Amino acid sequence: MRKAGRIGFIYLSLFVALILTVMPMPQLVKLARPDWVLLVLMYWVMALPQRISVGTAFFSGFIVDVLVGTVLGVNALAFSVVIFIVAQHHLKIRNFSVVQQSLLLGLLLALYQLLLFWLSHFLTGVYFMPQYLWPVVTGMLVWPWLFWLLRRYRRQLKIQ
Amino acid sequence: MNQSYSRGSSLPLRLFLAVVCSAGLMFLDRYTDSSTQLRSYLTTAVSPLFYVASLPETLFSGASEQFMSQQAVLDENARLKETLLQQSGQLQLLRYLQQENEKLRALLGSSAVIEDKRLVAEVLAVYSHPFSHQVVLNKGTKDGVTEHQAVIDDQGIVGQIVSVGPTSSRALLISDNTHAIAVRAERTGVRAIVEGLGQWDSLRVMHLPHSTDIREGDRLLTSGLDGRFPEGYPVARVSKISQDASQPFMVVYAEPYALLDRIRHVLLLSNTPRVPEPTQETLAGAAPQEQP
Repeated sequence: MRKAGRIGFIYLSLFVALILTVMPMPQLVKLARPDWVLLVLMYWVMALPQRISVGTAFFSGFIVDVLVGTVLGVNALAFSVVIFIVAQHHLKIRNFSVVQQSLLLGLLLALYQLLLFWLSHFLTGVYFMPQYLWPVVTGMLVWPWLFWLLRRYRRQLKIQ
Repeated sequence: MNQSYSRGSSLPLRLFLAVVCSAGLMFLDRYTDSSTQLRSYLTTAVSPLFYVASLPETLFSGASEQFMSQQAVLDENARLKETLLQQSGQLQLLRYLQQENEKLRALLGSSAVIEDKRLVAEVLAVYSHPFSHQVVLNKGTKDGVTEHQAVIDDQGIVGQIVSVGPTSSRALLISDNTHAIAVRAERTGVRAIVEGLGQWDSLRVMHLPHSTDIREGDRLLTSGLDGRFPEGYPVARVSKISQDASQPFMVVYAEPYALLDRIRHVLLLSNTPRVPEPTQETLAGAAPQEQP
């Protein structure tokens, strides 16, 4: 019972990330909106890989698809692939410094954006524009703060 | 603790399952018709999230403008002042056309349509993902919203309804990559199709031969030929033309009249029939060569 409550806090943080994803924002800020859900998922996979893994990533991606209005399954697939990579290497990534982590995550975020673009390109024929990659930059900048915040959150609430 | 290691081996399997599931979803959504129904259920299921997400904005209404830089505000102000003059003129025409539309409908004998003709809806969320330009509106089937209704604001066409839940609905904007709309140039009457590019301020006018008479500043109105949008509403203004003889068609860009990225209130127009139903009078009076 107690365990279930603790895991609930993980889903609470994902829920907040989902809200941030659809929160109305001015146009300039919107273009550079970090991929909150993916970042939060990355943290939890790194910290608690036995709790959060590809399955959670798939479902979160699916909800993002519904919220955002992309073709169903696109975000789900991209999330699953990226989280799979993080889960495979979570022991290594954990040992990196935060700066190294955010550089590495930048690569993964770029992979996510490219996967998203490729799939959407095949499915709906979108054109590529360089500003699609802004979320990668902001995601890298946000990571250290998010990491610190989520670690405090996890330790305060003793989520395991 | 050791469970974290024992599960490692099944990771590729899970990824495989996730990939298969999402590939199935993509196929279902893109290539079958059943997804529309599914989407509307899902939209309903997540609509509370949109209400929560738009709470801060409704609480501190206008706070989002505070985020804009001063330069952006000044630019916007200048642009708005410039367009205000033009658009107040358009507004009069729009009102006139709406009246005319009503009269024509009354003449056609479909007066029932006029009863619930327009429905004002508020935008709950504008999602600006470059691959999908959609807005969520706070009206649904309970208010009489149906699929394919045209959505306008006070300046021009905004988009069309693509999925409806009981209390919310989702509109695809004309700037979306997958959206196309049939238009007619006001000055010359040239017919064309305007497609979205995934950019808020730019649409592309497709398949115009090099000899077409079109100029920058030309107004593009809906032609009604697509059977979705009623005729005569302003869509966009031609903003850039590049004549490249190596291309099969002219490359023409147009700027939508509706301020798609900052719409708050929109009007939903009731459905017009795809092709006007032939009434007894038109059938009797129509020349036989009208049939293709």
